Amino acid sequence: MKRFWWLGLFAASTQLTAASFEYPLQPQAIAPDTFVLEGKTADFSKENGGYIVNAAYIVTNDGVVVIDTGPSRRFGEQQRALIEQTTGKKVIRVYITHHHPDHFLGNQAFTDLPIYALPATIQGVQREGETFSNNMYRLIGDWMRDTSVIAPNQEAKLGREVIGGHELELLAFKGHTHADLVMFDHTTGVLFAGDLVFNQRAATTPHANIIDWLASLEQLLKLPFKVLVPGHGKVTQDDQPIAQTRAYLVWLQTLLQQAAANGLDMNEVMATPIPADFKDIALAQNELRRSVAHLYPALEAEQLKPTKQAE
Amino acid sequence: MRPLFVFLLTSLLSPLGWAVDSDPLNSPQWEFVHQRFLKGESYQFDGKVKVEAPADAEDSLNVPISFQVDDLENIQEVVVVADLNPIPQVLRFRPKAMRPHLGFRMKLQQGSPIHVAAKTADGLWHVGGVWVNAAGGGCTLPSVGTASGDWTKTLGKVSANVWQRPDGSSRLRVRVMHPMDTGLASGIPTFHIENLNVLGEDGQLLAELDLFEPISENPMLSFDVHQQKQFKLEGRDNNGNKIQAEVVQ
Repeated sequence: MKRFWWLGLFAASTQLTAASFEYPLQPQAIAPDTFVLEGKTADFSKENGGYIVNAAYIVTNDGVVVIDTGPSRRFGEQQRALIEQTTGKKVIRVYITHHHPDHFLGNQAFTDLPIYALPATIQGVQREGETFSNNMYRLIGDWMRDTSVIAPNQEAKLGREVIGGHELELLAFKGHTHADLVMFDHTTGVLFAGDLVFNQRAATTPHANIIDWLASLEQLLKLPFKVLVPGHGKVTQDDQPIAQTRAYLVWLQTLLQQAAANGLDMNEVMATPIPADFKDIALAQNELRRSVAHLYPALEAEQLKPTKQAE
Repeated sequence: MRPLFVFLLTSLLSPLGWAVDSDPLNSPQWEFVHQRFLKGESYQFDGKVKVEAPADAEDSLNVPISFQVDDLENIQEVVVVADLNPIPQVLRFRPKAMRPHLGFRMKLQQGSPIHVAAKTADGLWHVGGVWVNAAGGGCTLPSVGTASGDWTKTLGKVSANVWQRPDGSSRLRVRVMHPMDTGLASGIPTFHIENLNVLGEDGQLLAELDLFEPISENPMLSFDVHQQKQFKLEGRDNNGNKIQAEVVQ
């Protein structure tokens, strides 16, 4: 039997991976009636099941308002079950901050409800949702089981609305994507910033326009919030994550522009060391490599000149 | 049992522990690549062939690859192969009077070892490489230009620039507008640049390039040339369209 020790290992490993796909959801109370499910500041993996994102909810007198539904069907279902068990109230509506897969792939658990998003977010899900979903199956595997793409079913109405005693204001920005929905709860002073703000986690840029993004951050700073919920990373009671996101984006933009002006090739830019200021930010080198792929082609093309050509 | 176990562990954990003649990337296709693209000629795996690429490709249509072969003399030819691509051969580069450096972008159909083989004057291939993971699909999609119909307006147009490098050399970056269709997208025939030569101002041949289907649409190439500032580019695609341009700093 001793020869088959490796079979035992194999069996043990399949048993481990066949463990229940339970996300470690632990509601954090961040303000009256307001909770956050805080994801890890990591990349998608089969270990974390894509729980790398913050989802939030507000328990109003009329029911629960959910902000973002996470990376998979399993996530959305577990999130809804947890909310309804712990609060004893029904979820009444859902808001999706933007069209990235870790923020909306749990929508299947909420199809009986209005799921609100900005029009460009709905279009983004319809256009790119399948690609995102396929990639998520590749990255997190069985955590995605039975997940399919459900686009938000209602256009979010901007401005203020009182829901169950909470005065919620919806604001439309852009920069992280073409449409970034932000919610400000005037009753509690909580700002749900979506992925316009990252905390101790490098900003991601697959659909970013850094100039627009920086302008949006300036606007966020003007809001009289007491609690800030970033899309990724810890909730704070100050504006430090906005300052950090801004500093990182300014550095990134400057780096890419200078590299293009110096004729560097993509791999040379990707190898740039992360400056001391951002050394503690999770995944900075990874995200720099990704950002070069996203943003460098346009900048390097600006540095080329037409040649004299024979017809 | 135990010695075998230890051997397995160490050979898995330490690439340095591998014999020189086994592929550090452990490519299932290496023998095929060797027979087909290096014509079965003698080779050794060699860390002097430095290859850079991101470990994870963010965009399977545009995976940046660059190589430098500075510690070997008299490089005759450099061949780049993506072992698991449906069309594995990416390019062949013959530096005549420039450094054996090149930066470019390519399409990947799936995660693959990227092998770069440099042939020295003694006929030996020196092989380096990296493994790139990719979501894939890069080879079976129509080019953006073909999908939109825009490519005819810009076909063969060249833009470029030359930079002075801190070490006194010059960096030449060139972009040639071309769909570079692989022939693997339904109903779209193979259409790609086949050759591109870089010449000095006086007509001296600096390098020859053979480009194949996996090179990304609108190829963007980075060369490290000696101290020249003016260049000519000459080439053609597989439909006989000529590429001719003069680069002036």
